Amino acid sequence: MSKTIVVTSGKGGVGKTTTTAALGAALAQSGQKVVLIDFDVGLRNLDLIMGAERRVVYDLINVVQGVAKLPQALIKDKRVETLWLLPASQTRDKDALTEDGVARVVRELGETFDWVICDSPAGIERGATLAMRYADAAVIVTNPEVSSVRDSDRIIGLLDSKTEKAEKGQRIEKHILITRFDAARAARGEMLSIEDVLEILSTPLLGIIPESQEVLRASNLGSPVTLSDPACGPARAYLDAARRLKGEQVPMATPGDKKRLIDRLFGRRAA
Amino acid sequence: MNLLNFLRRRGSAPVARERLQVLLAYERTNRGHSELLTILREEIVAVIARHITLEHDKVVVKMDRGDTVSTLEIDIEIPNKAEAQLVGA
Repeated sequence: MSKTIVVTSGKGGVGKTTTTAALGAALAQSGQKVVLIDFDVGLRNLDLIMGAERRVVYDLINVVQGVAKLPQALIKDKRVETLWLLPASQTRDKDALTEDGVARVVRELGETFDWVICDSPAGIERGATLAMRYADAAVIVTNPEVSSVRDSDRIIGLLDSKTEKAEKGQRIEKHILITRFDAARAARGEMLSIEDVLEILSTPLLGIIPESQEVLRASNLGSPVTLSDPACGPARAYLDAARRLKGEQVPMATPGDKKRLIDRLFGRRAA
Repeated sequence: MNLLNFLRRRGSAPVARERLQVLLAYERTNRGHSELLTILREEIVAVIARHITLEHDKVVVKMDRGDTVSTLEIDIEIPNKAEAQLVGA
């Protein structure tokens, strides 16, 4: 059965697009059929992060408006056989998206793909509400920082009221994904801890992505981090998060466990 | 003095946590609140407009949320000549 996921956050720059690319690639690497939809109309970037920026011909708006058919607009990934991308339009604005049009595209994709992953734009405007509108589950990308946590709380409120599932009285599945986490700083009390964020947002944790140079390197190369360096910390964290999305029980590895060992040797309490 | 500053710097995460808890408790109770006021305002205007001709922007609906009770303030400005405009009179 197909599952529609929205990757959202409210706040910009927390790692939604990076996460969409990495989680999508991770699911596809495990043999699942995955399509990524960029909902950031006018400011598309998922194509760039996926390294497909020179292959965009048609986009989401063209499909919504019936100018192009889905198979014409979908871009097949060159590295993973089962990974596809539906880019956003760069020239139009978000008003060109209609609720009915988005519903039609998401449902049609759901017929052929195991996972439809919607990369939401920042903010709480039309683009963001349309990206979450038909989702079965949400991945809320949060940095351990006050403004990001506040915006995540706001987004959780919208997920519980403005999605089709919520309006039908059903519960939308919600997961927190903490990105740019620095275990050493959190242990020193300089950064909100994982426990702090989860307690404040009272939403279950999907994964912890450590702050890492590998993420920037992956975006420089135009490759999801799970493909550019599958052994690095963030890639392993994304691969684990993807398995949890599929319902597997995967123990949560806290990034920086090695550093904590040093703390423990000196008898300091970690976290 | 430097040591004191150092100790103070260590504790910024608990401050963040506490500020967030206070702020979000407030924001969660007020969520959907502005929407409620819009609905109230529209319905109040509709009821009054059935009897008196009035200008929509002269109707102000405010809610003041206190710790134990909240007050709803409705301020409707009716021009004196309105009596002559009583709908159906």
